[in-house]
Amino acid sequence: MAIEETFDAKESMTEGHSLTREPRINETAESTERFKVRIENVNGWYGSKRAIKDVNLNVREKTVTAFIGPSGCGKTTLLRCLNRMHEMTPGAHADGRVVVDGIDIYGKSIDPVVIRRRIGMVFQKPNPFPTMSIFDNVAAGLRLNGMRNKTIIREIVEESLKNAALWEEVKNELEKPGMSLSGGQQQRLCIARALAMQPEVLLMDEPTSSLDPIGSSKIEELVRTLKDSVTIIIVTHNMQQAARVSDFTAFMYLGDLIEYGSTNQIFMKPEKELTERYISGKFG
Amino acid sequence: MTSNSKNHRNISSLFVMRKKRGDRLFYGLVIGAAGYTLLMVALVAFSVTRGSIDIFSAEGIGFVFQSNWNAVEGRESFGAFPYIIGTLLSSAIAMAIGVPISLAIAIFISEIAPPRIGTPLSFITELLAAVPSIIYGLWALFVFRFWVRDLIEKPLYDVFHGSIPFFAKTPFGLDIFTAGIVLAIMIIPIISSICREVMRVVPDSQREAAYSLGATRWETVRMAVFPYVKSGLVGAAMLGLGRAVGETILVTMVIGNVIGPGAIPTSIFSQGQTLASLVANEFNEASSDLHLSALIALGAILLVLTMGINIVARLLVKKKIKVSSGAKSQ
Repeated sequence: MAIEETFDAKESMTEGHSLTREPRINETAESTERFKVRIENVNGWYGSKRAIKDVNLNVREKTVTAFIGPSGCGKTTLLRCLNRMHEMTPGAHADGRVVVDGIDIYGKSIDPVVIRRRIGMVFQKPNPFPTMSIFDNVAAGLRLNGMRNKTIIREIVEESLKNAALWEEVKNELEKPGMSLSGGQQQRLCIARALAMQPEVLLMDEPTSSLDPIGSSKIEELVRTLKDSVTIIIVTHNMQQAARVSDFTAFMYLGDLIEYGSTNQIFMKPEKELTERYISGKFG
Repeated sequence: MTSNSKNHRNISSLFVMRKKRGDRLFYGLVIGAAGYTLLMVALVAFSVTRGSIDIFSAEGIGFVFQSNWNAVEGRESFGAFPYIIGTLLSSAIAMAIGVPISLAIAIFISEIAPPRIGTPLSFITELLAAVPSIIYGLWALFVFRFWVRDLIEKPLYDVFHGSIPFFAKTPFGLDIFTAGIVLAIMIIPIISSICREVMRVVPDSQREAAYSLGATRWETVRMAVFPYVKSGLVGAAMLGLGRAVGETILVTMVIGNVIGPGAIPTSIFSQGQTLASLVANEFNEASSDLHLSALIALGAILLVLTMGINIVARLLVKKKIKVSSGAKSQ
């Protein structure tokens, strides 16, 4: 396969078809480190205000990538551009390309609803559906998308709760309302709900910001485990958290991507002065 | 310095005094206001019960199930049954038409329309809610009844020739069906305004939860918005139903005002009568004490009917979360 593609690429380059073939060439060239999500010249707008400016960034498969930066730097907006949730805010829109698995999710024929089924999202505040039981919360996405087979639903619910490290705590009270859980458990329930859709990319928007330290550390542990199967992008205002859980870190400031690299590099020897000042707590 | 501290002492004692008095006044006011509602219910129940004692001692409980209505002295006989049916049927038509449209309006304004369309639209809806029912009644009497007759009733009659009992009635335009539609028009602004207000309470985080699972807008409304505010939506519908059941002048103008056994509707296109419209029609000319008592008793039945509907609605809302079969077998 790889050889064939390389051959293809060479051929197309000599023929001058490089424009149409571009995605393929890139993939071949970077075959040693596969990019799950490629963010290309993405701008995020609220009305006429540009909240993120020409961001370019490649996210590697089955890693944890953290977006950090001071409040209002656009890290959440950028995250919300990755599953087209951004445009659900009245007056907001985005442009540029976000390529997930070779498909530009901003492409003309792409239905954002379908995109959101494949890219899971966990929010700042736990938001389980209050009228649903624990079980139904996890099954919500499956049922929404037409899954009727009760055995399969039950299996996936159990598996998702196990993957979200919540199974042991709730296995005897699945019929209780999701709201009866503690805040940290609710957030893990929301993670289970997202995992039940078997997403390949999981977006997490400050998932521990409303939790106590114990709840937070459980989520962090979970993030480290989950990256074996899912590509995770996490927004956090907590630099220690970014250092603890992520493999790669992107530092944003006033809508610009200032620096992006391995978490070690960003925290140990950042290239940009702005990054260094932020990391060392001089502003933010 | 000394005068200063003296002043300070005086002020603080004044402050304590005033605060206590203000509190007591406040408590008195709110308790009094709350007591007023109880007092009103008691007073209404009392006078309605006392007023209807005569007719119930003459006719017994049969008053509720009879259909004669004869006010001629010496041959007096009264029954409320046709008007109970008329009230329920016209209100049912109003709800069947009004609730889905109201919900659709509320969904459009709160979930779909951008603010620059939604805000003026919700303002207009509220404006409609303030139109007095007599205006709707006049419009229905002079304009709308002909539309109903020519556009709905005649075609249906021509097609089925009375073979379906539901539609079997010579088209006339002043009947239970027209009353139901006009009632629907009257209650739509109220129900949709309240529904919209209620739906605004749903936090965006709930909608985003549904969107993030790949829900469309409609699925989000069904999955995240409706369940969150179910009791509020039922409450809005009940408020509308209360208005429809008790609406008097509008109904009197368009329902046909039949009295006696003939007022039992044989189809939705029958002329009829509701409890409220009969009271409005006859109260001024009540010929005897018994006749007057019968009219008051209609009011009593109306009161019980509304309360019953409200209680049933509340029980429906209170139903516990449904447990999925999948979870039970765990």
